[in-house]
Parts: sequence; structure tokens; C-alpha cells
Amino acid sequence: MRVWYFSEMAYHPAWEEGLSRGSLRVVLPNRNFDPQVGHGLLNRYLDEFGLCDEVGLDIMVNEHHSTATCLTVSVSMALAILARETRKARLLSLGTPIANRPDPVRVAEEMAWLDVLSGGRLEMGLVKGAPYEIAPANSNPARLMRRYWEAHDLILKAMSTTDGPFNWEGEFFHYRNVNIWPRPLQQPTPPVWMTGLSVETGRMAAERGHVIGTLLSGAIAKPMFDAYRKRAQELGWTAGPDRFAYAAVVGVGETREEGYRRADLAAGYVRTAPVVYEPFTNPPGYNSVGANVAMLKAGPKGGFVVDRHGNPVDHRTATVEQFMAADTVFAGTPDDVYNQIRAFNERIGGFGHLLFFGQGGFLDHKDTVANITLFGREVMPRLRELSPAPGTSATAAAE
Amino acid sequence: MRLTVSTTVSVAGVTLQLEDRGSGRPLLFLHAGEGLAPERPWLDLLARRCRVIAPWHPGYGTSELPAWLNSVDDLAYLYLDLAAQLDLKDAVLVGACFGGWIAAEMAVRDPRRFGRLALVDPLGIKLGGVHDRDIADMHGMARADYLKLAWANPAKGAVDYTAMAETEIAAQVRGRDAFALFGWKPYMHNPRLKRWLHRIDLPTLLLWGEADGIVTPSYGAGWRDAIPGARLEVIAGAGHFPHWEQPERFVEALGAFVAGNR
Repeated sequence: MRVWYFSEMAYHPAWEEGLSRGSLRVVLPNRNFDPQVGHGLLNRYLDEFGLCDEVGLDIMVNEHHSTATCLTVSVSMALAILARETRKARLLSLGTPIANRPDPVRVAEEMAWLDVLSGGRLEMGLVKGAPYEIAPANSNPARLMRRYWEAHDLILKAMSTTDGPFNWEGEFFHYRNVNIWPRPLQQPTPPVWMTGLSVETGRMAAERGHVIGTLLSGAIAKPMFDAYRKRAQELGWTAGPDRFAYAAVVGVGETREEGYRRADLAAGYVRTAPVVYEPFTNPPGYNSVGANVAMLKAGPKGGFVVDRHGNPVDHRTATVEQFMAADTVFAGTPDDVYNQIRAFNERIGGFGHLLFFGQGGFLDHKDTVANITLFGREVMPRLRELSPAPGTSATAAAE
Repeated sequence: MRLTVSTTVSVAGVTLQLEDRGSGRPLLFLHAGEGLAPERPWLDLLARRCRVIAPWHPGYGTSELPAWLNSVDDLAYLYLDLAAQLDLKDAVLVGACFGGWIAAEMAVRDPRRFGRLALVDPLGIKLGGVHDRDIADMHGMARADYLKLAWANPAKGAVDYTAMAETEIAAQVRGRDAFALFGWKPYMHNPRLKRWLHRIDLPTLLLWGEADGIVTPSYGAGWRDAIPGARLEVIAGAGHFPHWEQPERFVEALGAFVAGNR
């Protein structure tokens, strides 16, 4: 198993204000962001990412917009810095919200540039993006996935074409001379990742051999992983654990109490992430008709996750223990955390990538460093044995 | 009087669900972004005055939404084709809210099938500056706030989905998705349309809910000023959907216009 340390680079000083207004995103005015405080936080967070290289962890960054939950506005910018500050870690962008980007060729250029700069350490996530990303981008949520797939196909073609320029006159994107410089170091493209929750996404990812990841949702993701394995089998190949990624908040400590405390602070991210002004939570067309019917029929209720015993877990208010019962959080001593990950690995049918949410707002620098260091020293080596380490070329498995 | 008919027609390769009620002068009614709602009293009241032909827009009801169809331009040409296919003559073209935008796009293109145009609280044009919201951001406000802007009496607009059949909810969700597809950006208008409204050479009535907070009566005045000879009539006690909220007043005003009395 590979482990990818991840932090949203939260701006927690504004969380209280956001919670009192009922939204940390889109409508929380940016006067609640103090640029001097932000200066300190951004540099601190990048230092924490840099530490991962020393302790043998890989690195994942994401991006969100118009929010106090995440200061990373561009995966490309964050990884450009980390490509220079690290030597060994693989660098996962998870990812670029390509259905919200007006210019996919620019995405291909930036990803190729990062791959060249980092010496081929890039893993390239192409994601749909969360529903509340529609408003900051003002992209049309209707037919979002049609636009996603056209952007996806264009990006991969731009990265893997060496005898361009080529023409692209599609439904959404128009170019007459696509010929990116530089081209990526990893051929034909860096490994491609997607995120999702649905069976359909599992099938679509399997047809392309991409890595599929899911966040914080526990065994809810199992049908998607199963659909991926089944589709791969139909297509004549076997999807190993290296095709599957799972993101969880992890708090590890010298004592169980310390691990729980760190997890509780890091889980602040999970509690604040869904606090969004109502109209931006489910823009029309973002979710399927069937999913919307189910939601409307059910009426307003809490979180979307149920724990292992079928109890609903409200992400906004859950305790560490409740999150643990839903596999959203792994916490405790190194032994505890290892055992929880091993058990979840069995429940989900095997996953090869743990996306390690190791910082989530109020966990301070000292604790974050300890969390990363202890995980790297005590948990990581045992996880390597848990399942075969994936090769670095994710696309190769699909061939 | 003709029997109430809900039928399907194929127009330009698109299968549309269509309500066809009443007899007399044909009136092509293009429905609001929220949907057609033929079960509300407005439609049968109006069908006592004339023949009302009311298609469900592609993506609404059981009307098909083919992958190639994604713009108000497409809808305008589709309904011009429908008018020709039904061989409408001297028909009244009526559009409410989003349907008003489509009707105006039709009228600037080809008015041959129509003798009169009525726009009911239409969306579709931009009047103000870059910071002005002529059209309320219906997708950027809580449902309760939307109802306050869209209805003179917001309680009348409330919908209890938990009591609704799943097929009916699905139809509404499809319509909601289609509305976004057609009107998301630029938001619910065509930046070029106002410039061409002078081409409309049909007697034109703008009917406006006095309490409409989605597009206000002063926005209606902008429409009136842009269409040669157009008249603006305000309906008391109504918001964005006067045909739903004040069906008698709506049918009285529109019926008189259809009959050519005013």
C-alpha cells in the first residue's frame, strides 16, 4: 500500500464565522481572511508537505475555491513548489476539476510541465469537482459529465500526441492547433486518477484503467470498487488493489488518547466541509435524476454516510468514535491505526492507496509534524506489506 | 369544445409531449422554467377562450431531450417548426417566464405563423450594467427566498415532494436540469436579443405580475420600450407566475388580447 499525505490547507481562523453564517463556502466574504495569517499558514502547510518526503510518504494535493476550508486554489501551483522541495515523493494531484476549466489544453500543458519538472513523479487526477465548486466557476452543472469526458479525452490526447498539431472541434471545446510543449516525461501520460462514488463511475474508470479514489465514505464505496473489478474482468484484465484509493482522516499518537485527540482536531475538516449555503449543495444536473428523486422523497435529513452498523453519521457533528465506526477516521496508537486500516482493507476488498488526511484545521504544526512522523515511522512500513506496492505506471495495468 | 388531449408529436426529430385543449383561434403557449402545470386551473380557463397548444419543452414532462439540443436557439427553431407542422395561421404566440424568452427569439426570427405576441413575465434580455442583476439568481438562493420573490403569496408555491409520486418528482427533476442546461450562462438571457427586438412587428402585450421579484415590472418596462408599439399590463396579486397565481385575471387580460379587444 502507498500512503499519500494530504492537507486541504484550511483557513480555520474563519471557521467559527462561517459556521455561524451557515456556510464556509461561496458566500462567506473574504474579509474573514487575514492575508498575514494566511501567509503564515500557507508556508507552514507547505513545510508539512515537504516533511513527507523525508519520512517516506507520498503527497497529494487538491483544490477548492471560494472557501475557508481550503486555501489551495490550484493543484498546479502547489505541486510546482513541492516538485522542487521534494526528491522522492510521488506527487498526486487529486485533482483538477476539468469540467469547470474552460481551457483543457492549459491543464494538459501544466500537468506535462509538472511531470517534466518533477522527473516523472506526477500522478494526475482529473476530477468532476464537488457540487459547491459550480458556483465559484459558474460552470453549467447540466451535462457536466459530458463536458468532463470531452475535457478528459482532449487532455490525454494532448499529452500523448507527439506528431501534432491536431484539430479538436467538439461539443464544448474548440482548438485548431493542439501541440503542447513540454510533453510529459511519463509516456504516454502520467498515471490518471479519478474520484467517485457510483457504480457507473467505477465502470467508466475501469474501461480506461484509471485509479479510482473515494473520500471519507467508508464501505459505501464498495459497490463502485466491485463494479470496477467486474468491468476490468469483462475487458480481460484483473484490477489489483493499486487501482483503488481511499481517503481517511488519520490521527496517530504515542498513546491511544493522543491519537484520538489528533484525529478529533483533524476531523474538524470533515465537520466543516459540508456546511454550505443550501442552493450550492445540489445544483441542477450535478446529481442523477434517480439520486435527486431519492433525496426529495426522503426530505431534509443529515449526513449521507452510514456506519458499519447501519447508523447514520452526520458529518457536521460526529464524534471521533462515530467517524471511526464509519471508517471515515482511523485513530489511536500505531497498532490501532494499522489494525483499523487492515480491517477496512478486508471489508472493501483491497485498496492500494491510502489518502492520509493528516491535518484538518486546528491540528497545530507540532501535532501535525508528530502525526506525519509517527505514521511514517510506525505505520507506513507495515502497510507496505499489507498489499503489493503498486507500480509507478498506473496506465500500464490497463494495457 | 374539443376534448382535453395530451398527445405526443415528432418535430424536427424530437418527440414532444403536448397539451391541446379548446377550440377557436390557436394559441401556442410556451411554459415557464418551473414547468407547464396543466393541472392548475389556468389552462382549462384559457381553453374556454381559444385553442391552447402547449408543448412540454424538451427535457420536461415526457418530452425528449436529445443530446444535440442545448440552447434557446434550438427551442426557437423547434417551435417554429411545430407551428408550421400544425399549419398555424394568425395564431397567438404566448410565453411565460423562460417560455417568454423562447417566444421572443421566435418572433425576431419568423413571425409568419402568428398574428399576436404576448409575453408573461419573460426572462431573456439584459438591461442593466455588469453589476446589475436584472434577473434574480434563482439558483443562488434558498428555496424559501425564491418563493418570496416568485409569488405574491409564497405559500401557494410550496411543493411537498415527500407526498408526490416518484415519476412526478423525476419529471420535475428533469425539467430542473433542462432549465439549467438552457439558461445557466449567460444567466437566463441572451446578451444579443435586446438589440434585435425592434424586428418584432406583431401587436405585443407584456403581462406582468405586480409582485414579481424574479423579473420586476420595471424590467417589463424595458421590454416594452424595446418592442415597437408594445403595451405593458400589470396583474395585481400575482408574482412571477400570474397564470398560476391569478388565473382568472390572467385569462381575462390574455383572452381580451386574443380576441383583439385591447
